[in-house]
Amino acid sequence: MKVLLMHRDRDLNPQQKLPWNEQALMQDLELETLFRAMARGDEFLFAMARQVVLTSLYDPEAVRYRQDILRDCLKNSAIVREIYQIPIESIQNRRRRWLGIFGGTPGSVLSGAISMLEMFVELLRKLRRIAEEHAHKFESEGFQRFFAMIVQELDDDYFATVDAHLKAMRFPGGVLLSAGLGPGNEGANYVLRKPRAKRKNWLARVLPQKSPVYTLKIHPRDEHGARALSELKDGGINLVANAVAQSADHIDSFFKVLRTELAFYIGCLNLHEQLALLGEPISFPLPVDSAERRHSFAGLYDVCLALTMKRKVVGNDVNADHRDLVIITGANQGGKSTFLRSIGLAQLMMQCGMFVGAESLCANVCRGLFTHYKREEDATMKSGKLDEELARMSAIVDRIGPQCTVLFNESFAATNEREGSEIARQVVSALLQKRIKVFFVTHLYGFAHGLYEKNAQHSTFLRAERQSDGTRTFKLLEGEPLETSYGEDLYQQVFGTHCEEGVRTPAAA
Amino acid sequence: MTFHSILYPETKGSTRQEALEAPAFFVDLNLDQVVDAITAGRQEYDLRPFFYTSLHDMGAIKYRHEIMQDLEDETLLENIRSFAQRMIVMRRYLALAEKLEFRNHKEGWFLEAARVYCEAVTGLAHDLSQAKLHSRGLSAFRSYVTDYANSPGYVSLATETTQVKAGLSAVQYCITIKGLTVRVRNYEAETDYSMEVERTFERFKQGAVKDYRLALHHASGMNHVEAGILDCVAKLYPDVFASLHQFCAGHSHFVDETIRAFDREIQFYVAYLEFIAKFKRAGLPFCYPEITVTREVCDREGFDIALANRLIAERAPVVCNDFHLEGLERVLVVSGPNQGGKTTFARMFGQLHYLASIGCPVPGREARLFLFDRLFTHFEREEDIKNLRGKLQDDLVRICAVLEQSTPDSILIMNEIFSSTTLQDAVFLSRKIMERIIALDLLCVWVTFVDELASFCEKTVSMVSTVVPENPALRTYKILRKPADGLAYALAIAHKNRVTYEHIMERIKP
Repeated sequence: MKVLLMHRDRDLNPQQKLPWNEQALMQDLELETLFRAMARGDEFLFAMARQVVLTSLYDPEAVRYRQDILRDCLKNSAIVREIYQIPIESIQNRRRRWLGIFGGTPGSVLSGAISMLEMFVELLRKLRRIAEEHAHKFESEGFQRFFAMIVQELDDDYFATVDAHLKAMRFPGGVLLSAGLGPGNEGANYVLRKPRAKRKNWLARVLPQKSPVYTLKIHPRDEHGARALSELKDGGINLVANAVAQSADHIDSFFKVLRTELAFYIGCLNLHEQLALLGEPISFPLPVDSAERRHSFAGLYDVCLALTMKRKVVGNDVNADHRDLVIITGANQGGKSTFLRSIGLAQLMMQCGMFVGAESLCANVCRGLFTHYKREEDATMKSGKLDEELARMSAIVDRIGPQCTVLFNESFAATNEREGSEIARQVVSALLQKRIKVFFVTHLYGFAHGLYEKNAQHSTFLRAERQSDGTRTFKLLEGEPLETSYGEDLYQQVFGTHCEEGVRTPAAA
Repeated sequence: MTFHSILYPETKGSTRQEALEAPAFFVDLNLDQVVDAITAGRQEYDLRPFFYTSLHDMGAIKYRHEIMQDLEDETLLENIRSFAQRMIVMRRYLALAEKLEFRNHKEGWFLEAARVYCEAVTGLAHDLSQAKLHSRGLSAFRSYVTDYANSPGYVSLATETTQVKAGLSAVQYCITIKGLTVRVRNYEAETDYSMEVERTFERFKQGAVKDYRLALHHASGMNHVEAGILDCVAKLYPDVFASLHQFCAGHSHFVDETIRAFDREIQFYVAYLEFIAKFKRAGLPFCYPEITVTREVCDREGFDIALANRLIAERAPVVCNDFHLEGLERVLVVSGPNQGGKTTFARMFGQLHYLASIGCPVPGREARLFLFDRLFTHFEREEDIKNLRGKLQDDLVRICAVLEQSTPDSILIMNEIFSSTTLQDAVFLSRKIMERIIALDLLCVWVTFVDELASFCEKTVSMVSTVVPENPALRTYKILRKPADGLAYALAIAHKNRVTYEHIMERIKP
């Protein structure tokens, strides 16, 4: 019985290694905010959100498989949450009644395991009831298969067989073991056998016993003997107790997988509810193959910023289809970093099957998302700043390949502009040659302008907008890089005598 | 059908005598660590005496070289190992059978011991017949074991063992335990109940699960209930058990003495080869030294085997060193910066000679080593407060004792003596000792800070520990044959600090 709600053909691997740059992605895209919204204080949901969002799918078809399931979840959220409660209940019961261990003798293992099985069987019956009642409301391939499997595998006959076993394991007719002689003539290969059904009376009279039976009686006061006998019995029960306890584990592991695979969707439901409260739109993105170059969207906003600010934030509309390179220039605190983060977030959210924070979005999947941000300071002051930046670049180069995406944020600015521009130019031209998609927020005018002159038809140039009165809209518009930045404004704003209200975004530093 | 020993060639009138205590120099040369490592896990063979006893006869050393060389064949070594493993198991079973009280049980283990013994002997005879042997020792043992394996006594042991075991293995029975009653009868193809339970719940299986089988404590041996059940089983199968009783009565002492001795003694070689295998894997060379009675010894790419053993475990590199003496040269005087590998070099010289004297291959690509009569070491000791003579006096007393016992065929290794006295005294005393050593004409390695010794006479050879010229703090651990120059190290440091003559001349502008 496979759950298969995360992949069409296999279980989710919750231990799948996260990308090596997980730390950088967490920091640069402020993923913690996203995961906290999905988790709503539940550690397990947080861990699963982190696991799933950071281990991207590369096949648009696999993305669509999850999108369909997620659509079903949004439509039937109460039912999905009810199903999710089943494994949760099993965990709580286990914790309350068994503490994860069964006891010290095979007999206690057996009885502990039997009562756990009984508890599980109850939950399985509940799962089947839900399946019978609600299956028709679900349209996705994933849920339809899941419910069909439940109804088929957990039919009445099956529950009857299980009940029969639970009774028989009390051994009303004594324990029957078979054995052979091992080294030293010691009894070996003990196997617990199922007693034959009793022969009918007339048959017993007609057929003589095939072999003699020798009987050994232990004296009631022979304590040693009684103990030896129960050890022998334990040896046989040990095997069946193991089988029962492992069976309980099998069901338990089924519930665990169910919990693991639903956790992501529960996280999505949580996030969706919060965004809906803020009045922020969501949409299911259109993923296309990684070999294509698509990036067009309307109303794309930074989900994490909205969650932090607890209000609707400005979205952007861009069409960068058939472009390899997007260069973002313009005013400080004009929304460049926010924009870059919204690109990165949308990419990760799309590639794990989630909705994105946008009115619409179509993008190619990428084979790996990398971020290269200017770091404020290096905790270990072992190397100079540019050296440190280039070392990080080198680490990226070690691992990057074609059809990946890199987000640069003010990179290579640790030196003077000419050198920084030259480094950036060399790095970016090489990446583009290698079919890597690049988003680059930069103040390096020489770099940005040089690309504009040469590479305009394959690139999109965006500029942080500023009204003629100096206020920012946080909207990016297409436009040629401008030589001056707007640090002066910022200076005015911070040190000036009058402060404009409410337009500063603390997260867009 | 006789065989003498795999450790000693048969010689007329010689009696074997093995030392039970480690030689006095073992600790100084760290050979105690080496022998500990070699014999680890082989306590039951009691191999130490073999490693404590030098051979003083070239023929005996050659005898061991031949066997060791044969055993360098991995297949043959593996064959010997599996023979040894079976002999271990056999001894364990025999010891067990000795202790048991229920007859069917006791005889069961005795049969098991005989079965494993036959596997060991038949296996070894077969393996040796396939092996290409060049050594006198193993060839002679091969004829012995072949004869033994074909002897009527052994053949009947092997045949009967197989028959009786086959009978017992075919036994199958069922027991039903209800209350305090056990019923024993034949097995009638009842189905496995655990499997049925497993099948029922298999559909939920997502992956591997925990094993809940408890490790049930079972007192070794057999309790009276099991023995009672076994007696019932014996009644179900009377013929099978009758033949077991007969077998045990007929073969009470089945282990051959020569086989037993071979099993112990061959471990000398196996243990050593296994020990040096890890050095070889780390790329360190071993060779069979040429044994010489002249003093023209040499070794190329030797190393301190005790230190290397530690370094390999730490995955640290091992530095190899060469030495050679020719003509009249007798004394290697080792000087140079501290922590540069001087003591290690001195130990290596002693270890090489000792290992060669017990017939083992030694560290190095090629080696010619001296057949010494005795080996002495004199290493600086921690101050012993109970010793009232004081350190200097103690040094002298010990050296005096050593020189008195030495002959021209002895080897002497001295490490940093007289370090607790004034330089003047040290020079004086060292010269005096050197004169006596030269007069004795024995082989000597002397680690010293007294540079003057290095050019004492034509019998002394100077060797120096070295540093990386650009960074004098880095040791190379290379000991090179070159004139002692206490200033080389100081000059390197001066160079680094730009205070050499040239530097100062250049830096101080007029």
